[in-house]
Amino acid sequence: MIDYINAITLLANYIIVPSLAYGSQLALGALGITMVYAVLRFSNFAHGEIMSFGTMISIFIIWLFQSIGISINPLPTALLALPFSITATIILLLILDKTVFRYYQQQRVQPVTFMIVSVGVMFFLAGFIRFLIGTSKKNFDDGERFIVKASQFKQMTGLAEGLSIRTTQAITVIVTILLVTFIFWFLNKTRTGKSMRAFSDNEDLALLSGINPERVIIITWILVGVLASVAGTLYGLDKGYKPFVYLQLVLPIFAAAIVGGVGNPIGAVAGGYIIAFSEAFITFAYKRFLTYLLPKEWAPEGLVQILSTEYKFAISFVLLVIVLLVRPTGLFRGKTL
Amino acid sequence: MNLWNQKSNKKVFLLFAIMSGALLIVGFFQSWNLMLAILNLCLISAVMSLGVNLQWGYAGLFNAGIMGFAALGGLAAMLVTKAPVIGAWHAGGFGILLGMFILVVSAILAYFVWVRLEGRGKKRYWYVIFIVVIGYIISRFVLGPAIISIESFEPSSSGYLGGAGLPVLLSWFVGGLLAALVAFFIGRITLGLRSDYLAIATLGISEIVIFIFKNEDWLTRGVKNVTGIPRPVPYEIELQSSIWFQNLSEYIGIGVIQASSLFVKLCYTSLFLSVLLILLWLCEKALNSPWGRMMRAIRDNETAASAMGKNVTSRHLQIFVIGSAIVGIAGAMLVTLDGQFNPTIYHPLRFTFLIWVMVIVGGSGNNFGAILGGFIVWFFWIEAEIIGNALVQILTLPLSDSSSLKEHFLNTAPQLRLLIMGLVLLLFLRFAPRGLIPEKTLSKLSK
Repeated sequence: MIDYINAITLLANYIIVPSLAYGSQLALGALGITMVYAVLRFSNFAHGEIMSFGTMISIFIIWLFQSIGISINPLPTALLALPFSITATIILLLILDKTVFRYYQQQRVQPVTFMIVSVGVMFFLAGFIRFLIGTSKKNFDDGERFIVKASQFKQMTGLAEGLSIRTTQAITVIVTILLVTFIFWFLNKTRTGKSMRAFSDNEDLALLSGINPERVIIITWILVGVLASVAGTLYGLDKGYKPFVYLQLVLPIFAAAIVGGVGNPIGAVAGGYIIAFSEAFITFAYKRFLTYLLPKEWAPEGLVQILSTEYKFAISFVLLVIVLLVRPTGLFRGKTL
Repeated sequence: MNLWNQKSNKKVFLLFAIMSGALLIVGFFQSWNLMLAILNLCLISAVMSLGVNLQWGYAGLFNAGIMGFAALGGLAAMLVTKAPVIGAWHAGGFGILLGMFILVVSAILAYFVWVRLEGRGKKRYWYVIFIVVIGYIISRFVLGPAIISIESFEPSSSGYLGGAGLPVLLSWFVGGLLAALVAFFIGRITLGLRSDYLAIATLGISEIVIFIFKNEDWLTRGVKNVTGIPRPVPYEIELQSSIWFQNLSEYIGIGVIQASSLFVKLCYTSLFLSVLLILLWLCEKALNSPWGRMMRAIRDNETAASAMGKNVTSRHLQIFVIGSAIVGIAGAMLVTLDGQFNPTIYHPLRFTFLIWVMVIVGGSGNNFGAILGGFIVWFFWIEAEIIGNALVQILTLPLSDSSSLKEHFLNTAPQLRLLIMGLVLLLFLRFAPRGLIPEKTLSKLSK
């Protein structure tokens, strides 16, 4: 019996807890991409850099707070900085909308042209961010590091396997739950949210029934700004901030959005967790897990790993390609926004 | 028609003259060495953008996997030229071959089942997944020990299988062929997708290619790099010690060391230039042939073209393969110029999206435009460092020299090149979406 509990603790420590946190970050990112897709109808390659921008602002505010001695110990200062970075990201997106995206929206250009425009924005933001903050890695997770330490857990329960939960992981999951609940409430219950859904379903019909397209687009960018800056800051808090990584992060996020079905918010959230969990399950070495469960003489010799850990990122791309080929509409098809 | 042609030719001539002038300015005011280094990479970039122009300008395919094809060309350059590591082959060559054989057989079997079970619903997926998984597990048992024994064979100097030890110029063809082969399979599975999904899928696949190169040490040495790839041109040291070259440099009146480095670069320039001219000639021929007109017809209206009996999917596949092959050739040329294969240099911004900027700035659908774009964008990509530095110097004038903020911005100034590229791309998309040398359209031709 104790072996089973040990095995489950092992899984919880190495797969479930980290994947819940990573999946939440991906879910928030994918939700942002999906909203842009549903309302403005293009795949936004600049989304990773928008997240990066939000994170950068958070870091600047955290440095400012730290230098004048403001903190909310044991919680990380990042939580305090979030409102500022959200505001800054929204301002950035509204400026981008006014100067860049609006023109193409009015011209009703093809999605491909729109996508190339977003590549231009991606270049611009990437240069801007790296110019301001540099390219080196920055850690900004101050405050209490662990909620439960592996050694404490072992002492408390007397198990052979430990379970550690970092503060950043818990914060990530809690913030994600709150934010996703808010977004769903907004889309389904408020008048503005309903007008957004109508606009995404059928633009012409929505215009006919008197929905103001400018307002819908501005609200969309505001929501995207909230989602992107929170997702970026949480990711940076959990794994450290490095501008290059955010460019790579676009692909797992696209994968999450597409696996769930682009334009579908429930799908985006589910997709985030699917990507995170499959990355963890496929690269996990099952040796110790099986040693607990199997009789002694069956214990495996190798690592029992499906793919080595270096391929972690690649798994999301493979999933993305498979889903695009087998079921391009995603797992939750037929529903947008 | 004649008139228009003359006018447009004048414009093309003028733009290329300005470009040459800019390069000459670099030569006179910075150094001829730098100028030739820029020129060589300009030529390689031009070849790449020629390939992308085929796909985007002729056929309207958004391929965001250029990085992967360039890396495949680079891999070919490495595999063709490096000498085989006999010891590693003895240690695990058989295992690798057997493992690959098992993988190929299971892939063929899976494809066969996929085709045979057409229309049998969900069952099809499960059979294919079953075959692939079983094939993968069996091959793992064979490949695992083989890879370990290869990678532990003299890991500091080799630790990989090596290559074929053939002449380096051959590798450019092989690079093109390898990229074409991979493009064929990628195209077969992704070209049915909608335009923006195609971009995301190819971007993902190119990342997978780079991941494989970084981690399969038995093939590429991974991040340990393969250096010392043989050159198609003489080495500086050899030149410096040969009598005729010493006489030559004395005759021209520059030091032997500088002369040798210039001479080597000029050799590369002439090689790259001939490749570029041959490809340009072929592309122009293709563009002005019935085939080229068909391609543009498909791009402009797929439905109408397929109603006229054109097979859209197979034409798309064809041009995807050809364009990727050209990118592969450029990738092989790049590795030859560098003399080393290093999978960590492949970043999507530099190897995929920058090439896109070249094509769009130059003028998509026009081969001369694509080449000009390759030249201009690469020129500014290098010189942006100087521009960025100057900009930072001006912006930080009010700060004192010792200020840490100024130091920080001077350090990060090279990143401004990304910002400048983004700005250039956005401005062109907005105000000159057809690029510097626009595509020749029929309506203009008939004027």
